[in-house]
Amino acid sequence: MSEVFGIPTQALFGQLLIGLINGSFYALLSLGLAVIFGLLNIINFAHGAQYMMGAFCAWFLLNKLGLSYWWALLLAPLIVGATGVVIERLMLSRLYKLDHLYGFLLTFGLALMIQGLFRHEFGSTGLPYSIPSALEGGQNLGFMFLPNYRAWVIVSSLIVCLGTWFMIEKTKLGSYLRAATENRELVQAFGINTPRMITLTYGFGVALAAFAGVMAAPIYSVSPLMGADLIIVVFAVVVIGGMGSIMGSIVTGFVLGLAEGLTKVFYPEASNVVIFVIMAIVLMIKPAGLFGAEK
Amino acid sequence: MSSRLKLCVAAAFAVSAAGAQAQYSDNVIKIGVLNDQSGTYSDLAGPGSTVAARMAVEDFGAAKKGMKVEIVVADHQNKPEVGSSIARQWFDVDKVDVIVDVPTSSVALAVNQIAKEKNKVLLVSTGASVDLTGKACTPNTIHWTYDTWSLANGTGTAVVKTGGTTWFFLTADYAFGHSLEKETEAVVLKNGGKVLGRVRHPFPSSDFSSFLLQAQASKAKIIGLANAGADTISAIKQGAEFGIVKGGQQFAGLLVFLTDVHAIGLDKAQGLLLTESFYWDLNDQTRNFSRRFAKLHKGAMPTMGQVGVYSSVLHYLKAVEALKSDADGAKVVAKMKELPTDDVVFGKGLVRQDGRKIHPMYLFEVKKPSESKGEWDYYKLRSTIPADQAFRPEKEGGCPLVKG
Repeated sequence: MSEVFGIPTQALFGQLLIGLINGSFYALLSLGLAVIFGLLNIINFAHGAQYMMGAFCAWFLLNKLGLSYWWALLLAPLIVGATGVVIERLMLSRLYKLDHLYGFLLTFGLALMIQGLFRHEFGSTGLPYSIPSALEGGQNLGFMFLPNYRAWVIVSSLIVCLGTWFMIEKTKLGSYLRAATENRELVQAFGINTPRMITLTYGFGVALAAFAGVMAAPIYSVSPLMGADLIIVVFAVVVIGGMGSIMGSIVTGFVLGLAEGLTKVFYPEASNVVIFVIMAIVLMIKPAGLFGAEK
Repeated sequence: MSSRLKLCVAAAFAVSAAGAQAQYSDNVIKIGVLNDQSGTYSDLAGPGSTVAARMAVEDFGAAKKGMKVEIVVADHQNKPEVGSSIARQWFDVDKVDVIVDVPTSSVALAVNQIAKEKNKVLLVSTGASVDLTGKACTPNTIHWTYDTWSLANGTGTAVVKTGGTTWFFLTADYAFGHSLEKETEAVVLKNGGKVLGRVRHPFPSSDFSSFLLQAQASKAKIIGLANAGADTISAIKQGAEFGIVKGGQQFAGLLVFLTDVHAIGLDKAQGLLLTESFYWDLNDQTRNFSRRFAKLHKGAMPTMGQVGVYSSVLHYLKAVEALKSDADGAKVVAKMKELPTDDVVFGKGLVRQDGRKIHPMYLFEVKKPSESKGEWDYYKLRSTIPADQAFRPEKEGGCPLVKG
């Protein structure tokens, strides 16, 4: 069997595929953050908590209402997105004229409160959530055993990511959004209801987080802290990709998933810091991020 | 503020602190529960340990005996530097007499040194490193509930003897994981087994798929999980997804708590072998105790770590009562070693010179979903490891307190 640095190539393929799966989550989450930052100029630190709420929402729908995973995939983003709309209307909308820091502090505080409430109610070990029966089992690819559910994660997150990119970059609605990002007052002067558009955009970003949460529920435990650990990494992804860049966040998400996967093979101890090392290097060379426009 | 004024204020603080010390040490026994209140180990220790400490104070009848006992709680976040600074603050400023529980070995080892330096008492229940009664032993610390040697000995021996001869370790990359891996490897090799490989994962980790693939590729019969809490849960759950068990490999959970099995669910955890020093359904006494506990703790049955806090606080209070003083930590611990232990959770036992509390350990197997009669009915007893064989022999630890 051929080898790369002492690792059999077959094992390497397996690890790359795993990296791609993790990258799917990074991409989904960083995409939501990029959309929100692009239009609202808000650094949404509550994103991790909203991802966690998505997972809990799926758990509630299954255990209290008997609604399956597929319903959760549809309903959880709507429900959690609606809470996002409320947050935007009641709180965030008062902060747009202020410095970034205020939005950051507000969402960070919200995240801590939401996580605290869930932890108080459900403890920290998490709740079990099963893989839907249609996606149980897996395929033997020769070089690895790929669980069907993980394959589904890659495919569906790619579809959602590209769909979002298409909507923002290629449709008329998206052009309004991008225009509002550039100059909100001017777009409003053309008779477009920008405050409502901004509200819905925040709701959409939050819904993306909740969608990722539902996707994560069967893989990771549904636990109050599931978002807290992930969100820091996702922020690093956004910074590397360039704040506010849609395609940047998608591509960077997948690429960093791969980079992390490789680290887990060659030097597992460093796998939780490798992304931050990359971030430091990128910021030194290209302070606006890989895909960000220099201002 | 002028420097003279600063000096006056500092002096005033020093005087008032000294005054407080004389008063407190005579009148109040202050117990500090130091553990993970919010993170990965908060269900297996956390607020449940505080409940257990309160139950011990109540069962001891401190109020009736005219002893004033106070309990304070802090979250060390599994970080040695946070744990150390809380311990120093507690001992120096808040006049805490004894610190209990302390999961996360790296934190326990740090606080261990501070308790000795300040001549206070440390009763470790959920912390696991066997070094606490080995080269790091002190006259101020007792290691109560279990340790990495006893876990490795219990599960490792049983697994190798039933045919699990080749191992691959998934190890949490900090003091506890390393210690557990080392002890288990020794047991595996002693019993004629082989270790094919290991991978050290960051602590805590949420995604184990990459490490599981490496374990799968090793073709080892047994995947030893030298980690705990949420890490163990994730590894077993994701292992089921990657068809580890279906592919003919088996997990050996080297430190699994009841709350972990609760979170994994019986369908994925069934058949898992594990070693614990306590299970709620052992006898009438443990059942009664656990039901009382559950009423105070959202219906959750206690883990061995939590009952260890109960047992250690109870015995501490007995020793303080006998001495009529809590001032000298080393003297209190010496008294605790002198008195035999006896409580509803571990039965009769003793504390050795090296600070090791001795009681039986139990090898359990997780039930199939069909065998379980309801929530928390998870274990069946495979064998009992008698108290004199359950822990590392005193002479092998290299603790300087052991003479001869």
